[in-house]
Amino acid sequence: MSGANLQIRADGRLRHFLSIEGLDRRIFTEILDTADSFTGVAEQSVKKVPLLRGKTIVNLFFEASTRTRTTFELAAKRLSADVLNINIDVSSAVKGETLLDTLRNLQAMHVDMFVVRHSDSGTAHFIAAHALPHVSVINAGDGRHAHPTQAVLDMLTIRRNKGADFGRLTVAIVGDIAHSRVARSQIHALNLLNTGEVRVVAPRTLLPADVESLGVKVFHELREGLRDADVVMMLRLQRERMQGAMLPSEHEYFRLYGLTDEKLSMAKADVTVMHPGPINRGVEMDSQVADGPPSVILEQVAHGIAARMAVMSMAMQQNIQPQAND
Amino acid sequence: MKQADIPTLIDRMAEELRQRLDIDEQTVMVGIHTGGVWIARLLHAKLGIQKPLGTLDISFYRDDFTRIGMNPQVKPSELPFTLDGRTIILVDDVLHTGRTVRAAMNELFDYGRPASIVLATLVERSGRELPIEANVVGLHMELAEHQHVKLSGPEPLRLEVKTSS
Amino acid sequence: MTSPRIRIFGGRLIDPCNNVDGPFDLYIADGRVAAIGDAPDGFAADVELDATGMCVTPGLVDLCARLREPGQEHKASIDSECRAAASSGITTLCCPPDTDPVIDTPAVVELIRHRARQVGAARVVALGALTPGLRGVHLSEMAALQQAGCVGVSNAGNPLGSTLIERRAFEYAATFGLTVFLHADDAALSADGCLHEGRVSTRLGLPGIPEAAETVAVARDLALIEQTGVTAHFCRLTTRRAVRMVARAQFDGVPVTADVAIPYLYFTDVDASQFGPDYHFIPPLRTAEDRTGLLQSLRNGTLSALCSDHQPHEPDAKLAPFPATEPGASGLDSLLPLTLKLVEEGHLSLPDAIARVTCGPARILNIPCGELSVGRVADVCVFDLNGNWRLDQHTMSSRGKNTPFRGWEMRGRVRYTLRGRAPAPRDPAR
Repeated sequence: MSGANLQIRADGRLRHFLSIEGLDRRIFTEILDTADSFTGVAEQSVKKVPLLRGKTIVNLFFEASTRTRTTFELAAKRLSADVLNINIDVSSAVKGETLLDTLRNLQAMHVDMFVVRHSDSGTAHFIAAHALPHVSVINAGDGRHAHPTQAVLDMLTIRRNKGADFGRLTVAIVGDIAHSRVARSQIHALNLLNTGEVRVVAPRTLLPADVESLGVKVFHELREGLRDADVVMMLRLQRERMQGAMLPSEHEYFRLYGLTDEKLSMAKADVTVMHPGPINRGVEMDSQVADGPPSVILEQVAHGIAARMAVMSMAMQQNIQPQAND
Repeated sequence: MKQADIPTLIDRMAEELRQRLDIDEQTVMVGIHTGGVWIARLLHAKLGIQKPLGTLDISFYRDDFTRIGMNPQVKPSELPFTLDGRTIILVDDVLHTGRTVRAAMNELFDYGRPASIVLATLVERSGRELPIEANVVGLHMELAEHQHVKLSGPEPLRLEVKTSS
Repeated sequence: MTSPRIRIFGGRLIDPCNNVDGPFDLYIADGRVAAIGDAPDGFAADVELDATGMCVTPGLVDLCARLREPGQEHKASIDSECRAAASSGITTLCCPPDTDPVIDTPAVVELIRHRARQVGAARVVALGALTPGLRGVHLSEMAALQQAGCVGVSNAGNPLGSTLIERRAFEYAATFGLTVFLHADDAALSADGCLHEGRVSTRLGLPGIPEAAETVAVARDLALIEQTGVTAHFCRLTTRRAVRMVARAQFDGVPVTADVAIPYLYFTDVDASQFGPDYHFIPPLRTAEDRTGLLQSLRNGTLSALCSDHQPHEPDAKLAPFPATEPGASGLDSLLPLTLKLVEEGHLSLPDAIARVTCGPARILNIPCGELSVGRVADVCVFDLNGNWRLDQHTMSSRGKNTPFRGWEMRGRVRYTLRGRAPAPRDPAR
């Protein structure tokens, strides 16, 4: 629905990576396969490949995020690209340059790719719509709308743990769906891969309006939501939700929706537990679950770099010229 | 085309290599995925090389990445030995334009600094685009531009000439 | 200098206020309507306007148009927008009080009216601020504002401090017979929302404005309207539930009216699915069911006026990610053709549609406009019902080119706009 023609070129190749919506199964599978092939690179002694040598990638972050920014930076460097980190503080009262002016100024310096994170939904689409023809845009998170690279690494993690047949899987996403761009992208990706059943588990105040229209089954009770689940994806709970009159306390949240071994026993015996990080121990899950055998949280981190290497190199394809010093 | 006798070609290549180099416990061999690895395995066994066989996937080093795009079936490169100061026998199945070998050498030099590289290829055919030549060749072939030779395998290994329309 | 005597002949005269719809000539003398149908005795026309094949109606009355002056002259001005209005057959504009400075002193009212008179293209009536600075804390000097010419008072969508302040403001306005113009919005529920709260806002991850933000406010306001007996008007209702509440109150004899703005009759929240800034409106575009409800209520008269909700912007205001763009569309140029399109699509008869943009708004504003009664000031619009043109930045007269109707085929081309005298200065672009 959103930006379908913006992301894909006429020849079917990726130009921008803005949202899972608008991608078809073919290209999303190609992204997963490519990410898979990059996981091996991290295990080699030489972790760099020269694919994007000579290219300049700008991390344009309007929202503070050391974690996501570092994985994008590392991914770009492992592709031998030059990386520019630009952090713009939009919280300051004085309005600086318009977004469009910032974009134009950077493009005047002949950059090849923008990795954008912003608190306004639709920002990555906006930048992609105004980018020069040879420039690609990767969405590193826009408002509550999308975090598509997270969905790639999550689907890759599920595929590597459970196999490629998502049709036989029941996946439960637990937590603050309403405010989560991660959840939205995960839901779209799971549905794109024809997942057997996609569930969301949360109290009413943490579910967005008409959430079923996204293609999910709603549960308010965690144990029921976990029953026979193959994969559990936990979401981060932010402190602000207590202030915004959405939850009474972390204590009650943990009691009802926090993952413990006992609650996890409702799921299948070989259940996989995931979390985009960083974890609030004692809120989303206790330490036993976080560090236990079902948890693949650290694997997710490794896959995050491969996922980003994949989308960056796929989106940059048209720009690669034969190297001058062969 | 008469089906090439690959085992015989391998024997001949192995013999030429023995004449060219002193094969000892320091000798290392690297095959280029995918056909080059099949040939390298046979040569590696025939020559009794002690160090494990190295394998290279040059997908990330290709220069025609733009046209061909990402190959999602890439396997990681495995070089379970140091390269520094060593002579490396680099093995491929078909030497045509020379670009694959160029990419392979680039990748090898990212890993270390070999003393020298000896290139052994099963088939050498016309159509070079870069100044690269093999040191040891199993079979020379004169082919037109629209003809392509391909090694299929791993069992059985067959050489096929195809004509593109 | 005496005004010329004018005869407009050959057209279809539609004056819903007086139940007139037929092939009648219009005679104007001294800037006023002299006669309809037959010429008055001894009438010799100085100017004869041939309206053959066209419609002749009262000049349109636009219930809400932002002129951006004073305070936001980088977007538009009284000069540019009044001329744009005249080009579009609109002879009276009502501007809300959220200028800068706010219309909370007679001086600002006088500034606007003086400027409008200088330009001479269209009449401007102003709404005064309900509270000084629109801050919602104290009462403004409503009597003085009324004396300076304000036809009503409004807080222009800004929240009031409490229901007690709202009650007092209603009572004070009622003292002077002033109509309060209300924007039904509960600030706490709409918060920083920018799209209707529903499946589209969920999908796009945009903060939503729930239906309840409008219905809660309407319920509260209706209760206070009944308590205080003030005459009230709801501006730009968007939900069928709120309109139903107003219809019930009207049935019970409560002195309340309501209007709807053109964009809400054509678009829904689904149209914003691509983050298109032209679909950013406050209040937001609602659902298809709401749209159907609004059209029905417009037809049956619960909604007695249709307005443009004209909000011209400079290009930068729309060049940003959706939530960061300024809401609103430029609507003067398209008010008439889009009103006529509703007739074409079978939602309204032509006389009823004309009523919604002439006597309907005039009655709400309590001004003697929007009708061609003998003796009234001759504000007339002559348009070709079948004249086609395309709405784009070259054909739009307003300085604001921001509209979701860009590129649409418009049917209804204004030929003459009269304001009590010979045809007003018009934009030659169309």
